[in-house]
Amino acid sequence: MPIEHLLILGALLFCIGLIVVVTRKNAIAVLIGIELMLNAANINLVVFSQFDPNQLQGQIFVLFIITVAAAEAAVALAIVLKVFHYFKTADLDKINELKG
Amino acid sequence: MPALFILFTRNILYAAFALMLTFLGVAGIFIFSGAEFVAITQILVYVGGILILIVFGVMLTNKVNGKNIVTPVYRQFLGIIIGGGFFLLFLKAIMQANFGAINWIAQSTENAPTSLKNLGLVLMTDYVLAFEVIGILLLIALIGAVYMAGAKRKEVQNAN
Repeated sequence: MPIEHLLILGALLFCIGLIVVVTRKNAIAVLIGIELMLNAANINLVVFSQFDPNQLQGQIFVLFIITVAAAEAAVALAIVLKVFHYFKTADLDKINELKG
Repeated sequence: MPALFILFTRNILYAAFALMLTFLGVAGIFIFSGAEFVAITQILVYVGGILILIVFGVMLTNKVNGKNIVTPVYRQFLGIIIGGGFFLLFLKAIMQANFGAINWIAQSTENAPTSLKNLGLVLMTDYVLAFEVIGILLLIALIGAVYMAGAKRKEVQNAN
């Protein structure tokens, strides 16, 4: 499989994630867009890692990215739950005060 | 790709299920690129963990009244401008870059099989510090998440 096709696929996935993040107001929809962008970065790392079979730096980095993404998703959803409990909405433009 | 469906659907629950199809497709691409362990990890962590969390989040943060859970699309023009601009930029960069001329790519044998044993050895020798740090980070993040999501219960009991 030629490397350019996979890189274009990664770029497309990243841009779809970016558009989702920009155009949605719901907090969970924004999280879904962020996961898409992280996956696009992982595609690029794995594609370049296949030329480097001994050191495996790209794949190790992808494993670390997946771990950090899991931690980020857990913390973000906990924050979203608390915010929804307090504001009774998940709309990001209406959540504009900090004091809880 | 089902990622386009996430872009066009307004029902956030359908978006979550389309995200699962996207993750499975990305795992297939990982297998084609010779990274089997990363593909298995992708399925286990994303499809098995993060997606369940997102679906729980969708169901807990929307008022359930029998209607479909929709999220409207705002700032559509701005979003398409930004995303399309980035995509054209990436496309131009990828087309102009001559990857075959880079030294370490040209020297390597393409699609050499990655051995799982080699991956484990490298992970536990060269990258063992980053491995431990990432484990501690995950532990702290999960404890923090549980504390934030569940700390309300005691205050309610004290108030009564």
